This record gives sequence, C-alpha cells and structure tokens, in this order.
Amino acid sequence: MRLNIGLAQMYPELGDVRANLDKHLANIDLAAEKGVDLLVFPELSLTGYQVQDLVPEVAIRATPDDPVFGALLEQSRRLDIMFGFIHEDRRQRFYIAAAYLSGGECLHIHHKVYLPTYAMFDEGRYFDAGEHVRAFDTRFGRFGMAICEDFWHVSTPYLLWMDGADVLLFHSASPSRGLDASDRLSGSRWVELVNQSYGSFFTTYVVHCNRVGYEDGKNFWGGSSIVEPDGDFLLHGTYFEETLLVRQIDLNQIHRARSRLPLLRDENPALLLREMERILKRDGA
Amino acid sequence: MSHTDITPRLHINTEIARRMLTGFIHDQIAKAGMKRAVIGLSGGIDSALSAYLSAEALGAENVLAVRMPYETSSEDSLSDAQQVIDALGLPSLTLPITEMANPLIHQFPEMSGLRKGNIMARLRMVILYDQSVAWEGLVMGTSNKTEFLLGYSTIYGDSGVALQPIADLYKTQVRELSAALGLPASILQKPPSADLWVGQTDEGELGYTYAEVDQLLYLLVDERYTVEEAIDEGFERPFVEGVWRRVKRNHFKRTMPNIAKLSRRTIGHDFLYLRDYAGG
Repeated sequence: MRLNIGLAQMYPELGDVRANLDKHLANIDLAAEKGVDLLVFPELSLTGYQVQDLVPEVAIRATPDDPVFGALLEQSRRLDIMFGFIHEDRRQRFYIAAAYLSGGECLHIHHKVYLPTYAMFDEGRYFDAGEHVRAFDTRFGRFGMAICEDFWHVSTPYLLWMDGADVLLFHSASPSRGLDASDRLSGSRWVELVNQSYGSFFTTYVVHCNRVGYEDGKNFWGGSSIVEPDGDFLLHGTYFEETLLVRQIDLNQIHRARSRLPLLRDENPALLLREMERILKRDGA
Repeated sequence: MSHTDITPRLHINTEIARRMLTGFIHDQIAKAGMKRAVIGLSGGIDSALSAYLSAEALGAENVLAVRMPYETSSEDSLSDAQQVIDALGLPSLTLPITEMANPLIHQFPEMSGLRKGNIMARLRMVILYDQSVAWEGLVMGTSNKTEFLLGYSTIYGDSGVALQPIADLYKTQVRELSAALGLPASILQKPPSADLWVGQTDEGELGYTYAEVDQLLYLLVDERYTVEEAIDEGFERPFVEGVWRRVKRNHFKRTMPNIAKLSRRTIGHDFLYLRDYAGG
C-alpha cells in the first residue's frame, strides 16, 4: 500500500489559535490538492511553543463541539490529520498533545510523556506529563505518535513498536542550537541520527515534522524528514523554510525490510520485562 | 601557546549563521509591526556586521546608518563607517555628539575617561532612540558575546537596543562571519577599539586578546567547564580566575533590574510571557 505523506513545516504564531487554525486549513487545502493522504503538523501547531502563562488561554478540549477541534475533525473527512495542541482535561490539567483525526473521528490522542525542564526548556512548569504510550489503528495500518522529547527516550518508540506501530509519527518544536563549522547544527544532526536509528532498529517508517520560525531569540530549524525501514532518508534537509513537503511511502517496504532483517521477529520483550522487573525491584522502585 | 588550542572549535558555518541571523532580524522587525531599523555605525567590525546582516534582512533602503563622532574620535572610524554606508547603499546621518557631551563633561574637570566614555555611549543611545521614532525603525544591537560576557559595554549605552543579532557570536566568530560576508578589508584588519579616547584599544584595556579570551570563554560558557577544568587545559590560573570573576561581576549588565516582589503576581517573577508575545 502506498501512502502520500504531507509534512506541514509551518511557523505557528505564538498564542494565536485562530490564526493558527487558518494556517492549518490553508495547509489542508494545499495538501488535498496534492493528493496527500496523511498531513502531519508540528508540535503545538495550534498555539506556538513557549506559551508560558498563556496556557489556560490557548488550551482546548478535544471534543467535536469545540470550535477549533471540531473544525479540524471536519477537515479530516478529506485527509487524515495529525496536529499539536494544548489539551485541557475536565479538571484543569494541561497536556502537550498530539491528535490523529480521520474520517471525522479522533482515533487517538497522545499526551507528551517526557517534558524537558532543563537548560532552555521549562515544560514541567506548565504541563502535566502523559502516562500512556499506545499505538492505534488507522485506515493505513497501525501507527504510533510521539512528541519531541518523547523520542529522545528510546523507550517511547520501543513501546510503540512493541504495541504494533509500523509507522512512527513524530513531531516537534525543536529549537536550533549548536552552530559549529559542520554542514548542520549539532541539534539537527542529533535528531536526524536518532530518527535514522529508530528506522534501522525497528524496521519502521519514521516520519518527523518539525516547525520553523522564531520565538524570542530562538529559531526552529524545520528539517522535517521521513526515514525508511532500512534507516535511509527518503526525505530530509529542508531547513528553516516554511513549506509543505510531500512524499509517497510504500508500506510494503516494511515487509521487505523485515524479511531481510527480522529484528522484530527476534525481539524478546518478555526478556526485557523480566530483567526490568529485576532491575526495578533491586532499585526499590 | 601552552594551552589546548580551542580555536578549531570556534569555527562556524557562516552560511547557516547568516541565514538564521537575517531571519531573526526580519522576524523581530516584522513582529514589532515595522520594516525598518536604525543602527549606530562606529566604523568597527561589530556594527559593520550588524549593518550587513540588517541590509540583507530588510533591504538597504530600510536601514538608517547613524555616525555619531565625538571630538576625539579617529578619522579612520568615520571613513570606515562611510565605507560600509557606501558599500551597502544605506541612508545615513552624521550627528556629532561633541556639543551634546561637553556641557556635561566640562562641569567635572576631573572626569575620568570611563565616565566620559559612558556619557558618549549613552548619548549615542539617546540619538538612536530618537531616530527610532523619526525613522520608524527598531534600534539594532551591535554587541558580541565576548564583550557581553566580559561586561565590556555601557549599561543603557551600547546595550540599550531593541534586538541583539550578534550577541551569541564571540569576537573570533564575528570576524569569521564578517570575512564571509565581504566586509571592507580595513574594518576586518584594524584593532578593535571603543574609540572613546585617543589610542584606546579593547585588547590594550582588557589586558588580553580576543583570540585568547574567546577560547577560554568557549570552554567556561559553551562547554560548561569549571575554572579548575579550564586550568587543566593549560590556561593560566590568574587569567582564568580573572576572566570568570569579570563575567560574574558584570551579570547585572545582562539582566533586567530586580523587581521587589510584593503581590501575588509580579512582573519578572510569575507574570511570564515571551517578549515576542504581542497580545494578538
């Protein structure tokens, strides 16, 4: 099965949900014209990244009667959509969230599990951490979503893999850092390296959409990419530019890669579980 | 050189720097609802680099270059600044500050060079902010990372600006980017000087070269080396300790003044919004 993936490498406006919804709708129109089946937006695409005290103002509920969520649900009758928002639950807890919408339904919401709160990051101050890592079924097969720091921890994509995800959908608001003499920023190199590693280790497609633009002095580098199940880039290298990238993936490539390299067949999660239980017990957790 | 050579690690990809910094300038000006910038051109490399980046980001016609000589300023400064103006085709003004500064300076015959220098730097800020309104442009910063860290600047003088495009580049990196952008050779080659009095040079005043201190600052700041670890790399103890003391002592120049907290929600403490958030 072939699938046209769109990566909306956009520049969200900080704190302006209405303007960002319009940008989503414009990208959806353009993607639909280009025959995109699944359009992926970056982390917090509806709000911008460093929302700080704006959190309660820009958070939404993930229900059809919410005007913004409802509008995107409606659009998902045209093509599948993964987008980023601040999810407010019924008890005023706020999560960095990714939703997967298809055919007018919300198939899955992932709450960011790992909230970086170090160096220039301050997410733990404003958000609750997610408690679940789950794959979910789509009309194209079983997928898994992770948000930025989530996939800096190998356990997140590993769990999605074990839960049956054959396509990993990552999105991020990754700030540019580490300018040196090389051809890419060291921050970009690192992300590209880990994404290629996941493709290689898990023999899955790894789709990554990163935002662009500026917030205060921070730049976001874009560079949205698709890694094939053999670890090579199918798409990468469009840095800094606001653009819609489209590339077709062939899901049959997953089976071919796994025939050559049966890492999934030979993976032993029961061993992992036994050893982890022993380790956690020993450490008194 | 007895210490580890850090210079190779200071090299930058100038094309990436150029793209990120011109993008930053354009973004900041646009978010302020403007399209123009005002920049004080001293004839030195920092303001020349800022001017080159600004002209590329905004279009030369949108960057007002202002030369503000004092009676002791060197002729070279004026002519080097003019070279930048001519090379980029910038609109420009020349507003000497002598007649503004001297009425104050002459009231204190014993006034030190430092005080005079600060007055000059602050008068230039006054002129640039006045032109900011007249020209409808933001005041462009010209500070680099080395001088910002060392506190080699005048608070509310050259640090009084609306945006800082090159303040995360060490002087060594400013030179590398400036060469890549094709700045005039006379500006690339001359010794750095605040030109606040005759014969002043940065390196003479600081007591070490930028090439040397940038290597140390890179370890201490970017790579988070401790003072002892930097000494282990072969840097002289008095140099390392002196530089780090200077960085710490001048932190007040890099931060907003503290606000005494009284209420439940206080600006700067728990009223937290990005500068970029305009309120929509």
